[in-house]
Formats: sequence, structure tokens, C-alpha cells
Amino acid sequence: MERSQKVTLLMPKETPVPAGGFEPASSEYAFADRLAAWKARWGINRYRLGIKPGLYALEGPSAGSPVFATANYKPSFDALRRNLKGVSAWLLVLDTKGINVWCAAGKGTFGTLELTRSIRETGLGKLVSHRRIILPQLGAPGVSAHRVKAYTGFSVVYGPVRAGDIPEFLRLGNKATPQMRLVRFGFEDRIILAPMELVYFGKYLLPAALLFYFLGARSDALLTVFTLLASTALAPALLPWLPGRSFAVKGAFAGLLGITAAFPLLRLGPLPLAARVMLYVPAASFIVLQFTGCSTYTSLSGVMKEMRAALPAQAVCAAAGLLMLLGGVLWR
Amino acid sequence: MALRYLKGVSTLKLDVDKCIGCGMCVEVCPHAVFKLEARKAAILDSDLCMECGACSGNCPVQAITLKKGVGCAAAVITGFLRGTEPDCGCGDGSCC
Ligand code: SF4
Ligand code: SF4
Repeated sequence: MERSQKVTLLMPKETPVPAGGFEPASSEYAFADRLAAWKARWGINRYRLGIKPGLYALEGPSAGSPVFATANYKPSFDALRRNLKGVSAWLLVLDTKGINVWCAAGKGTFGTLELTRSIRETGLGKLVSHRRIILPQLGAPGVSAHRVKAYTGFSVVYGPVRAGDIPEFLRLGNKATPQMRLVRFGFEDRIILAPMELVYFGKYLLPAALLFYFLGARSDALLTVFTLLASTALAPALLPWLPGRSFAVKGAFAGLLGITAAFPLLRLGPLPLAARVMLYVPAASFIVLQFTGCSTYTSLSGVMKEMRAALPAQAVCAAAGLLMLLGGVLWR
Repeated sequence: MALRYLKGVSTLKLDVDKCIGCGMCVEVCPHAVFKLEARKAAILDSDLCMECGACSGNCPVQAITLKKGVGCAAAVITGFLRGTEPDCGCGDGSCC
């Protein structure tokens, strides 16, 4: 997809290097970068994707070049520089402990104080003649633009949500259209999260499935795998079409779909099957409830509300399922 | 098909009297909750609000109040277990 394009790095030798100094960067996106992004998605070495915070010079910027801020999370940094092909700019990489802009802003590490510190320590004010810094809009929850202005003299301009819109944003003279300001949670945005979910819950559920298999509980091994797939891959894919607004409810339906898909392979009588439904549906409901953290539209108040209802319901349902299984064993 | 979360739960409040109509809230909100009308901000649909706090933090006159937080069940559980506010671990391999 990305045609590699040679970018010559012109270091501005005339510019006096400030106390903090800066490093060259390129807008080229190489195989190694793509590999890192892919690994991040599958949760491999995800927390070793921090890059060095500080100021980077992209394609020999001058005193008039724009300044962009980002997080020291490699995929965030890469998304920014890739979309600045042919643009000379200063990239201010904040120390967010290797976490992406959106999450770091929620925690406040991508925030007013770190931005202020970074502007001061890199001597940015001496390198550029203007007083404007472009931030990703998703950094806004951590930043108070008026306070940054008061502390550093720099005006914060919020750029588009998606780095891909940066060329258009620049073309419009640093203006983001209302469309650029909206967070979407479309099919692609959701399905890209599935591997991460699969790996995270698979860590627990795949060994459990193996254990069931070797204990001779073949149906439970199957149901565990199908529940895992239904709640981590099917649910994100079908999210808008699963009934209800609550993630726990959507998850319960995803769990039912999983069991239905596994049904032809199961060898269970009606009562043991009913007990399994009581067990695996709440499990799927619980897992999908965790997906609220990945979604880009759930509020804390909403999550708290649904958890207060869902967690007890899931527990009661699973307990009833266990009792039914136990009863079934004793009956025999 | 549009995804919408639970109704009537957002803690978002706007004090129109304080508002100076600067438009920052319209600019930073990722869910287009605000609009600017006759030099004053107005809430279009608070059910779309995810309580990210971008608007309240960037309002220069503190006209917007809300209980900011991350809508993440794992964070709520972590916070509950540690006896703190919901805390997004973001280091334990969860997704965000
Ligand atoms: S808290 Fe976030 S989502 Fe809610 S209105 Fe403010 S900016 Fe919009
Ligand atoms: S940011 Fe505050 S002052 Fe500015 S328009 Fe919004 S509510 Fe009004």
C-alpha cells in the first residue's frame, strides 16, 4: 500500500541547537514500522513501543515550520510522520510512558503539564518564530488550551481526530471540518481490536479449553472456544446489530450465537445443554462488557450503570448453571 | 447503523450564563455534542457524550461541568479492587 519514497533529511545546521536538542525524523514508513504496528495490534511487545520523547525535526524545518505534538507511542508517532510527507515540521513527542494519545489524554499524561514541560525543556520557543502548536484532537481530554497558552505563550490548535486527515487539514489552512472532528467506531475500527481481545482472553480460555479436552469434556472444550470467538471477534464485528445498547446484553446475544454455532458439534442432552447456556452466555456477556474500554463512545456513568445490573445478573446466571450441572451429576 | 450508548446517564452540564461563546467545546468534542447558537453554546444531545472531559477542560470560563472518566469496565473493576477511582491500567494488556 505504502510506496516507499526516499526522503532526504536536511538538518538545519545553521539553527543553534538548544539545551534539549532535537533529532531528525523521516516521513518514510518502512517494513519495520509496519511490523511494529502489526505486533501492537496482536499485543506483542505492545508496551515496548515507547520512543524517545523530545523534539524531532522532520525534513529540515525552519523557524516558520508548523509544530505538531504527539505521544511517545510508536504507532502514534508513525501515523503523524507518515501523513506529513513533503512537509517540513517540528514534532514534539510528549512522554506518555509509551501510551497512545487517546488513552494518555484520559489519564492526563498527555496533558497540560507534560506539554508545558516539553515546550520549555526542548527550547521550542527559541526554534520557531510563531507561537502555535498543533495537537491531535483526541489529546484534548488531557489538555486545557487556555492554560497552555498562559504557561507557555503557545496557542493550541486542535487538529483532526485521524492523522490521515492532516494533509487536508493543512490544505484548509489549519482547519478541521466537522467530519474530521468526529470519532467513528465503524467496522474497521472495531475489527482491528479483535486480535487484541482474542489474545487477552485467549490467554485464559484456551488453556481452559485444552484442560476440558483432556478431561474428556469435549463439549465444554468446544463451547469455550466458540464463546471466546463469539465474544472477542464476532461481537466487535456485529456490535451495531446485536440487540440492546448495553454491552452486557449485546454480549449475551453474542454468546447465544456462539453456542448456536457450536450446537451441531455438541453431544449433550437437553438439561446439560441448558446448564451450559446458563454458564457460557454470562461468560460472553462479561467479556463483551470489557469491550466498553475499547469502544469510543461509552461513558463512565453508563458503564457503571450497566455493571451494577450486569455483574450480579451474570453471577446469578452462572451459579444457576453450575447448580444445574451439579444436580445433573447427582441425579445420575 | 449508528451506535448509541445508554440513555440519560451523562453527567454533562452547561451553564449558559457563564458561556462566552468561544466555540472551544464545539471544536474538541469528538461526538458533536455541542453547537454554537447566537454566540452561546448549546447541548445538542447529551446521550452522545462519553464523558471524556475535553470540553470542560478546554472551556476557558468553566461553564461546563461533568464527572470525567473512561468508560471502561476493566478500569471500573480495577478501581473497585484497589479501592480507588476507576483506573485504566493500560499496562495489563487490556485493549486501550
Ligand atoms: S465530555 Fe467529551 S464527549 Fe462529552 S460533551 Fe464533552 S467533549 Fe463531548
Ligand atoms: S468552551 Fe465554554 S465558553 Fe466556549 S463556547 Fe463552550 S461553553 Fe461557551
